[in-house]
Amino acid sequence: MNGTVEVALRLLIVFAVFLTFPLIVGQTEHKVMAHMQGRLGPMYAGGFHGWAQLIADGVKFAQKEDVVPADADRRVFRLAPAVSLLPYLLVLLAIPLGPGEGAVGQVLDAGLFFVLAVMGVGVLGSLMAGWASANKFSLLGGLRTAAQLLAYELPMLLAAASVAMAAGTVSLPGIVESFQWWWLPWQLVGAVVFFVAGLAELQRPPFDMPVADSEIVFGAYTEYTGLRFALFLLAEYAGIVVLCGLTTVLFLGGWHGPWGADGLGWLWTLLKTAVLAFVVIWLRVTYPRLREDQLQKLSWTVLVPLALAQIALTGIVKVVIS
Amino acid sequence: MSIAAAGPGFLSPTGVEIAFLLVGLVTFGAALVTVTTRQLVHAALWLVVALGGLAVEYLLLTAEFIAWVQVLIYIGSVVVLILFGLMLTKAPIGRSPDADSGNRGVALAVAVAAAVALVWVVVDAFRTTWIDLDGTVAGSTKVTGESLFRNWVLPFEALSVLLLAALVGAIVLSRRAKADTAARTPQAQGDRSTGRSTDRSAKDAKDTKEGSR
Repeated sequence: MNGTVEVALRLLIVFAVFLTFPLIVGQTEHKVMAHMQGRLGPMYAGGFHGWAQLIADGVKFAQKEDVVPADADRRVFRLAPAVSLLPYLLVLLAIPLGPGEGAVGQVLDAGLFFVLAVMGVGVLGSLMAGWASANKFSLLGGLRTAAQLLAYELPMLLAAASVAMAAGTVSLPGIVESFQWWWLPWQLVGAVVFFVAGLAELQRPPFDMPVADSEIVFGAYTEYTGLRFALFLLAEYAGIVVLCGLTTVLFLGGWHGPWGADGLGWLWTLLKTAVLAFVVIWLRVTYPRLREDQLQKLSWTVLVPLALAQIALTGIVKVVIS
Repeated sequence: MSIAAAGPGFLSPTGVEIAFLLVGLVTFGAALVTVTTRQLVHAALWLVVALGGLAVEYLLLTAEFIAWVQVLIYIGSVVVLILFGLMLTKAPIGRSPDADSGNRGVALAVAVAAAVALVWVVVDAFRTTWIDLDGTVAGSTKVTGESLFRNWVLPFEALSVLLLAALVGAIVLSRRAKADTAARTPQAQGDRSTGRSTDRSAKDAKDTKEGSR
């Protein structure tokens, strides 16, 4: 019975993280973007610097009418937000926060494969939304999403394979366990490739061609209103949390810190994740959107060769030091 | 033989066995709907359910690595590719009556024959093999990798060469098609080149992905 309670408690904590962290990232995005663009941002809701803006947004979304277009495929249309959001919840289960079994939702033998596989499923939600909306902009958005996913999943997998080779395991806690500081320069190229490809999978700027508002309104999510639309937005921010957490765990050494912080490992993980999330927001404010052909070119002519070179380098160093 | 014959019986099934059976039924049902539904995209989505059900079956048999690879390759890539193809060509919302080729009887016969052959061979081959779910995990990444790269290296490498050939073939085919269209419409190089290169790179992307499987 004790085991059941423990499992329930872990699931509850992961669920709480899933509900709060994306909102924190969203609020940070409001503020960081505002300051980078020399404006105030939301300042009134809640009093102090508009801290309750996202809660107000949530209330607003909940009050809106839930419209399904007349010609839409109703069942698929309604199912799509859940398909796009739930995978990130599952992925959060496997990301270790600190050393030991206490700081991870569920220890998985093939954790690396689990997170990459389940993250790929989330894109099905966008495809379903794009097709089922009975809207040409939505369909175009869905097509662009699919093309982008197919292009960027390969470099992401290759970069992850490189770090798995270095660690000699595909378990996420195992990878952090065997992390050494000199992995940072060794796996640098792989880390950049992984992070960039992950950004593209999340359709974050500068890779937001599938939701380019100046061309196709809001891509696959054009017809969505109210809570379902909010779920898609939540999926994007949950995706940022997951991507930054994964990059931290795979390439930045997770709970390892420069001053051997015992017991405070989880703080290191959170700090690195937060810094990466800041970089994600920073990139959104800094770079213009890539055109569709530039997107494909970047993946196939830059990221894939770089990832392959990283795997070769990993293999050579691994053979030399063993 | 005598040890194997004393394996667990079919009466008094464990929870895992019951779950296996139920998930199997769901998978089978989803597969049936996949081939009988008249809505093309729904067929692709039911395929997701069927392939996901298979992944759960692998998990229940403790083959964790295979299960996640199944999700990664089949749901994350193959089904996305199918949906991409459907959207590029013709994917109307609602029924598409012209999607039936009229080969139902033949297809059913082939499917039943293939299923009978597979089930017969597998049952005959593994009749006396029992997976001990409580003991050491038989399908972990370590065990799978060791058997793959110790006992089955040659077939593995042969498959790699086959996939490489498919990859090169796909590139050759798509490049020749491009040269043909360029020869037929030599003036279509100017302002429309951006759009065409988009199409081309998307197609290349698809082909390469297919080849690398």
